[in-house]
Amino acid sequence: MAPKNQKKMAIIASKGALDMAYPPLILATTAAAMDMDVTIFFTFYGLEIIRKNQADKLKVSPIANPAMHMPIPTVVGALPGMEAIATSMMKSMFKKHGVATIGQLLELAMESGVKLIACQMTMDVMGIKQEDIIKGVEFGGAATFMDIAADCQISLFV
Amino acid sequence: MSAEIKADQVLDCKGMSCPLPILKTKKAVEALQKGQILKVDTTDPGSKNDMSSWAKRTGNEILSVQEGSGTFTFFIKKTA
Repeated sequence: MAPKNQKKMAIIASKGALDMAYPPLILATTAAAMDMDVTIFFTFYGLEIIRKNQADKLKVSPIANPAMHMPIPTVVGALPGMEAIATSMMKSMFKKHGVATIGQLLELAMESGVKLIACQMTMDVMGIKQEDIIKGVEFGGAATFMDIAADCQISLFV
Repeated sequence: MSAEIKADQVLDCKGMSCPLPILKTKKAVEALQKGQILKVDTTDPGSKNDMSSWAKRTGNEILSVQEGSGTFTFFIKKTA
């Protein structure tokens, strides 16, 4: 039952790093909870978020991130194991602060009717098949997104 | 005083961060009948503003907000 003046939001999720997967999902679930009609378009590395069994395996890059609270020089960040360390540090910080996991947010998004669209072109380029993507996701391209975004009050690129 | 407000349902969101208190509040309010009251406890300092924005957007009414030491208690009436 969509009210006439229902607000709409369309987000492009283009990043597959753990820290960059949060903003689209936090905003999408919150907007849905505020009775908005929400679509997320997953493209490029953002597709990792909706790949089967990948949502909770996303990682934080310790390289070229000078804003990290414990800044890691790029040469050190490039060492084997540093990515795993940065990732587990962030995950434990999130857990300590009662932040939902990416998998939980994805589930909540789907539960609350957020529409998920996977970019077919980048899937083809990156060798991702439709059966590699979680159930409930639709497939489309730029025109599909633009058609939805044209009717939105809020449109974000992450 | 808000001590007089009687909640039909209680939701504990203590220890949760954004956006979970909002998502859980939405779910809990949806399960109520119109006119019923939900009491929500949070510890997220952002939830004070978040809850009022959420209520404004969804057309529900916050009857009272009580601040304790590091806690917030909201009484939300389902009006939408």
